[in-house]
Amino acid sequence: MNRQVDVLVIGAGPAGLAAVIAAKEDGIDNLLVLEREHESGGILRQCIHNGFGLHRFGEELTGPEYAQRDIDRAAELGIEIQTDTTVLSVSHAREVTCVSAKHGLQIIQAKAIVLAMGCRERPRGALGTPGTRCAGIYSAGTAQKFVNLEGYMPGKRVVILGSGDIGLIMARRMTLQGAKVLACVELMPYSSGLNRNIVQCLNDYNIPLYLSHTVVDIKGRERLTGVTVARVDEHRQPIPGSEIEFDCDTLLLSVGLLPENELSEGAGVKLSPVTMGAEVNDALATSVPGIFACGNVLHVHDLVDHVSNESFRAGRAAAAFARGELDDMEEIAVRDGEGVRGVVPQRIRKGAAQGVDLMFRPTSVYKNAACVVTCGEREVARKRALIFTPGEMAVVSLKPDAVAGLDGPVTVRIERS
Amino acid sequence: MHSDIIIVGAGVTGCAVARVLSRYEADVTVIDRGADVADGASKANSGIVHAGFDAHPGTLKAKLNVQGAQMYPDLCEELGVPYSQPGALVIGFNEEDRATLERLVDQAEENGVPGVRILEREEALALEPQMNPQVLCALYAPTSGLTSPYEMTFALADHAALNGVKFRLSEEVEGVVRGADGLWHITTDKDEHTCRVFVNCAGVGSASLHNMMGGQPLRIIDRRGQYYLLDRISKLPFEMTIFQCPTKMGKGVLVSPTVHGNLLLGPSAEDIPDELDTSTTAEGLAFVLEKSRLTWPNVAVRGTITNFSGIRAHEEKGDFIIGSVEGCEGAYEAVGIESPGLTAAPAIGEMLGGMIASEQNLRKKAEIEPPYQRKKPFHEMTNDERAQAVAENPLYGNVVCRCEVVTEAEIREAIHRPVGATTIDGVKRRTRAGMGRCQGGFCSPRVAQILSQELGISMLEVTKSGGESRLLTGTIHDAMKGETP
Amino acid sequence: MEITCINCPVGCRLTVELENGEVKSVTGNTCRRGETYAKQECTDPQRMVTAVIPVEGASMPLSVKTRTPIPKAKIEACMAALADVKISAPVKAGSVVLADVCGTGVDVIATKSV
Repeated sequence: MNRQVDVLVIGAGPAGLAAVIAAKEDGIDNLLVLEREHESGGILRQCIHNGFGLHRFGEELTGPEYAQRDIDRAAELGIEIQTDTTVLSVSHAREVTCVSAKHGLQIIQAKAIVLAMGCRERPRGALGTPGTRCAGIYSAGTAQKFVNLEGYMPGKRVVILGSGDIGLIMARRMTLQGAKVLACVELMPYSSGLNRNIVQCLNDYNIPLYLSHTVVDIKGRERLTGVTVARVDEHRQPIPGSEIEFDCDTLLLSVGLLPENELSEGAGVKLSPVTMGAEVNDALATSVPGIFACGNVLHVHDLVDHVSNESFRAGRAAAAFARGELDDMEEIAVRDGEGVRGVVPQRIRKGAAQGVDLMFRPTSVYKNAACVVTCGEREVARKRALIFTPGEMAVVSLKPDAVAGLDGPVTVRIERS
Repeated sequence: MHSDIIIVGAGVTGCAVARVLSRYEADVTVIDRGADVADGASKANSGIVHAGFDAHPGTLKAKLNVQGAQMYPDLCEELGVPYSQPGALVIGFNEEDRATLERLVDQAEENGVPGVRILEREEALALEPQMNPQVLCALYAPTSGLTSPYEMTFALADHAALNGVKFRLSEEVEGVVRGADGLWHITTDKDEHTCRVFVNCAGVGSASLHNMMGGQPLRIIDRRGQYYLLDRISKLPFEMTIFQCPTKMGKGVLVSPTVHGNLLLGPSAEDIPDELDTSTTAEGLAFVLEKSRLTWPNVAVRGTITNFSGIRAHEEKGDFIIGSVEGCEGAYEAVGIESPGLTAAPAIGEMLGGMIASEQNLRKKAEIEPPYQRKKPFHEMTNDERAQAVAENPLYGNVVCRCEVVTEAEIREAIHRPVGATTIDGVKRRTRAGMGRCQGGFCSPRVAQILSQELGISMLEVTKSGGESRLLTGTIHDAMKGETP
Repeated sequence: MEITCINCPVGCRLTVELENGEVKSVTGNTCRRGETYAKQECTDPQRMVTAVIPVEGASMPLSVKTRTPIPKAKIEACMAALADVKISAPVKAGSVVLADVCGTGVDVIATKSV
């Protein structure tokens, strides 16, 4: 063993930074953050567009600006961040093995660990799209890295498959930087990205959005020369005869994000088959004592502001655990009801004595509907909205007195009006 | 340029022959149109070291399969290529299948394959519980093995190169004629070559070369096989390679672990008009899935990380054609090398290389360089070994591919091997960087940077797999100015 | 007419009633900014522009933004002007990269230090 720390945070993206700042502000001094990239900031470093921080800072920042605030705060607090350091494993007993050129192989024992590794993009292979395996096919985030962090253009004539936010943002970025974006193609009858991004990234630049369409063939022996797009039926199967050919050199994929939980699995953390992240309670505690999770490694968020909030709570909980102050409490299960997918947290501590935000994704588009939380027959919270859509994470809050009154499993569902 | 011997084709066969010839006093050059060795069928097949029960007794396929399979364990050890021997099952569902399996057992005996026997349903299911419970019986072949086909090819090429063989990649042969000077004249898209001995190991391209040389016309059928590759998980549903009963189109669809711990489903078998068309199709992939379900009812493509296809060079009459080319002095060939070509390759190398050496009176070199020894992958090291590796070379501390845990040191090493990686795919096949579940999403920009540094080329010249497969189309500045670089 | 508010990621769906090119009423907004946005969008639509530009002496490009939104119609001209910007490292976050871009009165500033 090389070292012992009270709170160890894996990842110096927005989640990890918020968690470690909260732990430090909560009185923990022996802290360490491990970050695999050369710089802190996580994916925000390459998200150079604006739209971050409105909730948290009351102003609209770009990704690098948002990240810099946390980086500056962490520096001010004297928090140690080891960059260029990759964690190789995390054990059930909170022993972390990591490696870097600077420090070599280190084994670190932590009293509490916060998992904040973020997520990764689903690659082409996961879609099973047939065709050639030529150059010019990138996940949107890889293309974003090439353009925004390295200053290279991955292509000139672009088709985007999937209408996730990164794909939409890249449609605008590629257009502004001089490429031609021919189309954005979405398998589902609705976009999986935020509405504002459809408006300002596609509509503003007259980029057509093909809903209920998908790419059915990829052509080009060396570099991509074109893709075939077809309409799909209600079972998401391509409809013969509906094919459209696009002459393009680049296909960007924005077809979903997956929490990156290989380390969590290695530690024996129980994962949810729905969110693909850890199952946690309202203190962001996973099934393994002393291991907490927050941000996109827990469940994929739309808003970094929410990530920061969630991570502040995880950091404080980790601090309390490290001090031996986070008591075991009886827990109440939270279940997905009709129209609801992947509620986080999955468990609420009975007597948590504070409010709990329940976050989830609607299973389809509901207009003028209400999200209803029940405990047995009893309604404990209700939130109305003009629209619930899978592209936007929904949040419903349980007030402290509602939490105090819980006496059995809680179900979250969407009620059509 | 003149060489004593020119081998066309840097697949597993050509490299095996080159390695054998590198033991002799001769200038040997290997030419291939691919940007890397193993660029054809050698990079895209099942990676099975076949036990040898499948080939008809008396054929070259049977003889060289069994010989090759026997050579594999030691050869892999010597060359540092992954190999395992989990065994294989061929499953039958009815009495007709049982008859086929019994015939295969007889064949196995005749071919000299040890330990092959029939298992009844319970015994087979006990070995592989995820298998279709409707199975009636199964042939069990304990000596069936797994390897990494492209890593075997790289290792053969490296060893050949260390002993003086030159590799000319991204060079396509356009003409082969025997000149009045008694030499073979080879025209490529880059150069003119002459040689005394010409060896055709060109896989799907071998028939056109053969016919160009003026041999008795022969025809290669390009038979495409499509595959699904599933993610590595700690506990795979199968430990052995599970075949279905063979058909006249080949060994049928298999479900098998790979030597690296992924699961492979496939191949389909379609005869296609274009020897380079390695695209996959919706129909082909659907076929693979449907057939796999017969072996594995709970087939799960959720964990799919990629699909790919390879093209087998099927010679009309069905057997390997190996030896001197009739009517063409100084010309040799290994043609129609389809399954079990990977298994047979070491034996083909000895057979054809040995034949050339003896007929051409080549003299053995006094000393032969030992094989290139690749360092142990970081991923497979113990923590102590890792600590030591980083202490000796800090670049082992920079993990570039997070899915497969591949370090910068290993990527730079792959570029500097005797026949080093020059492309993103080349790095991927040598190190596994980009082979994992994110399929290079995170690491490909960094791998491209390392390639550009080590090869002394600009980022804009880095390719995925050679030719025009460039990763990038320009700088942001070029694009903003509306300029093409 | 129906528009989507782009002020924040909530993306409220706004219904705007127009009369002779003037905004009569805005509904569907959940905050004051929505109303302001709707009025602006229906009369003089504006957007923030963010981009990356190359920096001499640095391996990484510089990310920049317009300090405030500029008229939508000027986005293209703004990008063209940015293509001509020559800048060398070091650059500090917040410093002006291009003043008064295309006569909008809005500066383009660096969003990170390079």
